[in-house]
Amino acid sequence: MLTKTLRITTSPHLKKGMDTPTIMRHVVYALLPVAIFSVFVFGSCAFWVLATTVLSCLITEFLINQIAGNHNSLTDSSAIITGLLLGLTLPPIFPLWMAAVGGFIAIALGKMAFGGLGNNVFNPALVARAVLQAAFPVAITTWYPAMQADRFQSLPSSLFTTPFFQPVFDGVSGATPLSAFKFDQVVASANDLAFGFVSGSLGETSAFLILVGGIYLWYRGIINWRVPVGIIATVFLLSGALYLIDATTFAPPQFMVLSGGLMLGAVFMATDMVGSPMTNKGMWIYAVFIGLMVVVIRSWGGLPEGVMYAILLANAISPHIDRMVKDRVYGT
Amino acid sequence: MFNFSKNTFKHGVHPPEHKDDTCTMKIKQFPFAPVMIIPMAQHLGAPSQVVVKEGQEVSRGQLIAKANGYMSVPIHAPVSGVIKKIGLVHTLSGNRCEGIYLEAFPFSGQEVPAGHGVDWRTSNQDEILAGVQQAGIVGLGGAAFPTHVKLKVPDGKKCEVLMLNGIECEPYLTTDHRVMLEQSSDIFMGIRYLLRSTQAERVIIGIEANKLDAAEHLQNNIPEGLPVEVKVVPVKYPQGAEKMLIKSVLDREVPSGGLPIDVGVVVVNIATCAEIGRLLPYGHGIQERVVTITGPGVKKKGNYLIPIGTPLRFALEEVGVADNISEVYMGGPMMGMSVSNLDISITKGTSGIVVFTEGETKKQGKPMACIKCGACVQACPMSLNPSRMGILAKHEAYQEMLDQEHIMDCFECGSCAYVCPSNIPLVQYFRQSKSSIRKQKLKANAH
Repeated sequence: MLTKTLRITTSPHLKKGMDTPTIMRHVVYALLPVAIFSVFVFGSCAFWVLATTVLSCLITEFLINQIAGNHNSLTDSSAIITGLLLGLTLPPIFPLWMAAVGGFIAIALGKMAFGGLGNNVFNPALVARAVLQAAFPVAITTWYPAMQADRFQSLPSSLFTTPFFQPVFDGVSGATPLSAFKFDQVVASANDLAFGFVSGSLGETSAFLILVGGIYLWYRGIINWRVPVGIIATVFLLSGALYLIDATTFAPPQFMVLSGGLMLGAVFMATDMVGSPMTNKGMWIYAVFIGLMVVVIRSWGGLPEGVMYAILLANAISPHIDRMVKDRVYGT
Repeated sequence: MFNFSKNTFKHGVHPPEHKDDTCTMKIKQFPFAPVMIIPMAQHLGAPSQVVVKEGQEVSRGQLIAKANGYMSVPIHAPVSGVIKKIGLVHTLSGNRCEGIYLEAFPFSGQEVPAGHGVDWRTSNQDEILAGVQQAGIVGLGGAAFPTHVKLKVPDGKKCEVLMLNGIECEPYLTTDHRVMLEQSSDIFMGIRYLLRSTQAERVIIGIEANKLDAAEHLQNNIPEGLPVEVKVVPVKYPQGAEKMLIKSVLDREVPSGGLPIDVGVVVVNIATCAEIGRLLPYGHGIQERVVTITGPGVKKKGNYLIPIGTPLRFALEEVGVADNISEVYMGGPMMGMSVSNLDISITKGTSGIVVFTEGETKKQGKPMACIKCGACVQACPMSLNPSRMGILAKHEAYQEMLDQEHIMDCFECGSCAYVCPSNIPLVQYFRQSKSSIRKQKLKANAH
């Protein structure tokens, strides 16, 4: 006699394998090589910056959940992604207390204020990076040369600046390829850019490893290839056209694609599911928009870099893209 | 040898098929249960009306309930026996309806006497439709829509193509597959009736590429002069949905809110067609149907010819189930319903019984926030936006769902919820929303 109590579930009773925490975990895996390589290029200081942003994000999310009485959302790994991404946008000798403030802002302002994972409009790491840029303009544009001989033995003192005091930088700052071009018209070699042995933010370095991470995420079905391809192609074509018009004012296209935060932004930030459109058509519009903004800001703006603003702006219009660009419903 | 079509509908998903367990297993006769439980609400439309009394003896095939209006069909005794009780019986939906408890005579011959047959050569449209209704035939694919209603081509419309649906895209189920392999002569006989009643010019049998043996078998046995084409389409869920099938095979789109006949097509499930071909010549009523009983929890998996009214409990005891079963579905795992009560019966709409064990059912994780990954948007065969509709449903913004998101075009295939990484019960939301919208509409009309 069958007496078993049966479980009632709603159809469909099958489920495709990947859940949200798994997706987030795969993004972390894809980011790790980039993070590890940045530690190799810049030394221990890079590790401390990344550790600080990740920890700060996790602690902030934990505390906000406690205060708001939410369930514990740390297990979905999304705070780790935000921490890693934020850390990767910062200079290697960024004062740790400022990095911690960044982590707090990313989670508190960029994510939890909107209602937590899925409800945020902007990429939390970029929100924090934008605030840090406004608050600490000197610290965030003070660079550090790559591949210093003693990078694993000594830590730059500016890392440990006392909170709320102006940091005194070590005096070993080096220009990033983008600022070198913007202010002195010096073009770094594409090879150095692609493999990452240049000065810059932690994650600005290896285009190659970022690409590997991106291909991994695409293979897992986590990112839509149209976004990175659309952004990179737009930047390449538009800057190529400008370069053809005037090679003395505008940077060569391969340089534009490989330098700065473009690769990291195109592969890991613009593809953030929450902030990007849902349809393939929408993805193209979003990607081309980002590409256009990057070239415009870099070429005519006051700052050497434009990826952050381009993505934040695109995040803002993404819900509107979804509203205006819909797939045609069958039979209509 | 047959028509391969590379065309397919947009989006869709590829759940694991799990058909290998049973697709080679011949249809086997299932034993009679000692007591049959026959619900009157076995089809869409008005439940049938009991015409027998408690204590009355009936013979197999005898009419025990008549059609209650046009949107209804009669029910015939699945076994010779005595009417033990007429009362409320449990149904799959969880509600109860009127039903008949029929105790079988253990030693009866169970032969079905012939009634008034319908000859496909001489009868007209109306006679065939009446014959289909009198045979108690409803769509055997799962929805159990009265077939005679579906076959009625409205005035001013023309049926150009009769489409036979041999897609069977639900994972685990292999009933249509076996019917196509084993009952081809019934199918072709059914086609003669259907051609005559719909006045269609041609017949297309749509089959998914995972059933090439069935496609080949039918192709090889098309009778002389019958305008039948076999078309094989790529495997994709939910290809078996009428609208998807029509898109894949004919590249026509049924207009939103419309019916296949609006693009000149009538779609009939292939097993339903076989049933028509088998019953109508003899004036028989439908007494049994092919059901796949399968899933990791079943010991003797297979395709069984099961008398309608067989209690699910009896069926499961007969095939044997594992100790650790956890969920039982009537129908396939994508659109079927999970069963809470084993005292329901196998009805005309039961295409399969799938039993999952503890190990198999992934604990449906708690719903998490939508991360707007768009997976559901890329899965929806109707090109709806389930993510947005899910958010609107939570806020009960039904009007917006109706006006902007075409909610009523959702046919609950489950593709969106299947891919959703955040475990959001989207289909459940949409079912509730649609029912609320229908209620509001009724209310508005009443005033």
